[in-house]
Amino acid sequence: MSGDESYIQISDVSKHFGPVVAVDNISVSIARGEFFSLLGSSGCGKTTLLRMLAGFESPTTGEIYIDGLPMSEKAPHHRPTNMVFQSYAIFPHLDVRQNIAFGLRTEKVSKEEANSRVDETLELVKLTGFGDRRSNELSGGQRQRIALARALIKHPKVLLLDEPLGALDKKLREEMQIELRSLQQSLGITFIFVTHDQEEAITLSDRIAVMSEGKALQIGSPKDLYNTPVSVEVADFIGQMNFVDAEVLDVKSGVAVIDTSGLGKVKIPTSADFAQKGARGVVAIRPEKLKISEKKSGALKNAVEGTLKSASYYGNRSHYHVTVEGSDQPMAVASQEVDIASGNTLDSDTPVWLSWEDGALILLPQPPA
Amino acid sequence: MKETTYIKRPNRTLFIYALIYLAFLYIPVLFLPLFSFNDSIYIAFPFVGFTTKWYSQMYHNEPMFAALLNSIRVGGATSVIATLLGVFGAKAVTRYRMPGKPVAMFIIMLPLVIPGIIMGVALLIVVSRSGIPLSLYTVTLGHILVCVPFAMATLIPRFEGFDRSMEEAAADLGENAWWTFWRVTFPIVFPGILASLLLCFTISFDEFIMAFFLAGTDPTLPIYIFSQLRFPAKLPGVLAMGALILVVSFFVVVFSQWLRLRNSNDITSSGI
Ligand SMILES: Nc1ncnc2c1ncn2[C@@H]1O[C@H](COP(=O)(O)OP(=O)(O)OP(=O)(O)O)[C@@H](O)[C@H]1O
Ligand SMILES: [Mg+2]
Repeated sequence: MSGDESYIQISDVSKHFGPVVAVDNISVSIARGEFFSLLGSSGCGKTTLLRMLAGFESPTTGEIYIDGLPMSEKAPHHRPTNMVFQSYAIFPHLDVRQNIAFGLRTEKVSKEEANSRVDETLELVKLTGFGDRRSNELSGGQRQRIALARALIKHPKVLLLDEPLGALDKKLREEMQIELRSLQQSLGITFIFVTHDQEEAITLSDRIAVMSEGKALQIGSPKDLYNTPVSVEVADFIGQMNFVDAEVLDVKSGVAVIDTSGLGKVKIPTSADFAQKGARGVVAIRPEKLKISEKKSGALKNAVEGTLKSASYYGNRSHYHVTVEGSDQPMAVASQEVDIASGNTLDSDTPVWLSWEDGALILLPQPPA
Repeated sequence: MKETTYIKRPNRTLFIYALIYLAFLYIPVLFLPLFSFNDSIYIAFPFVGFTTKWYSQMYHNEPMFAALLNSIRVGGATSVIATLLGVFGAKAVTRYRMPGKPVAMFIIMLPLVIPGIIMGVALLIVVSRSGIPLSLYTVTLGHILVCVPFAMATLIPRFEGFDRSMEEAAADLGENAWWTFWRVTFPIVFPGILASLLLCFTISFDEFIMAFFLAGTDPTLPIYIFSQLRFPAKLPGVLAMGALILVVSFFVVVFSQWLRLRNSNDITSSGI
């Protein structure tokens, strides 16, 4: 038996479709009971990876282990996984009860037990009373729940969900997110959840793998990804981020002295390999880590002067765009300080000061051109 | 403004065209039942009088019933076997990635465009050279060959029309390939299978050329009817039989259309 920490082990898995490399050498361990998301834009290989876990595709190289057992020889119907399909794949010739009970035939349960399990599952997904409906008499949200119920009735150890909320409108989506999360926590099932919506991934997941072109760019908790992205791509994908070009002038005892185009000369602690004297890179800062003020107060260590280009006020928060010398992209600033927003709003084209705390800046490697 | 969209606006020219078209199509066919009640062995106007004697003559015409039975047997066997082959073929073509698929498709569909007389002669040569006696079996063989492309053409859209994740879902829920087929694929493509059975039966039932070449001493109905055309006295009996077949076909077609519409509603409105 493998430990709980690496309940699912994806080791060096690649999938090629002819010349297309859909999944490119991914390795990751997923713990028992974890809510793990695969996040990435369209075509980055999320579905392919999920389908390899379910057994619908076999890896070109590498191996997947679940609970210590290699999966490559196991057909989908012999795996401890169940899947919620993006299209839901509700059987059109069966009613809701029959759809949900579909997977019970192979479990050889008695009729009474089957019935009570269907009732239980209907209740779990809040569809009690809908058992006799045909699938074409249901709304999108209800169909989604049936797809979920049909998988859950099998008591899977791992539930695979391929953009299960993709087809729902925003309100229903948010409701279902909450329900999914509480369901996952109460049942203790390992969820592997595919989405291209970074907000959704951040709200739901224990950990996220950010994918691009078949590769896992970074794997970590939402907090890690937000605070310490390892690349411009990840930083850009998760939340909003300002970037300025940078050159490393010197590295001394783990602190890089960096010349940035826009934020002046800064010091950032780093242990990254690329951070060598003379290396080019990118310095990033989140909009909410930038402070905006009309005058330079003496206490500010890290500050640059700029020109306010635009300001939008949303009650308790306000967004600004500020151009600074040296950077052609204006810096985005998000502020929750109401003193500016409430009373004296700032006018466009006025000079302002941008400042930040030590530790707010992130040094990233230059993205490949 | 009335409730008419551009598409739904009535169009008189089109309406008249449709009327003429339908008349052209059906009036000759309707002469069949009409003359089957005419009290004359000559098929010509004016009507002489009403009679049902051709029906009773038909009823006592044993060779004709034997031929009808032969046709039903050949049609039944042909439709079942051709549809079965069509199901396997359609599943293979739509579900698996395989090399040379376009070539295979081309060869399967080729009999559609080869003239029946060529197929008939070719088969006759093969069959007689290999020493197989001509019989209803050889007719069935020929009909299967003709019907498989039609079965495929009927079934492929049905297989293509449903989401393959449906089958994957069944596998995911614990079913092996065999049970997946029976519990998911078969019920979903069932209307297509029924349509294919009916189509193949119809094709076999009225196929003449191949049957003419390949039949032994037992004729199928078209061959029997053809042989009777020489005897004017027998003709009204043939008309009576034709009229009956017409009535039966009418109900079969209505039934199959009803089935098709009902099920395609099912499939499309479930958002697949
Ligand atoms: N059966 C297949 N044959 C050939 N190429 C495939 C196949 N399945 C996927 N691909 C390719 O592999 C790549 C990854 O596809 P995949 O479906 O995994 O993307 P995805 O991340 O799920 O995208 P989306 O968010 O649009 O669903 C794509 O370039 C796709 O064209
Ligand atoms: Mg996908």
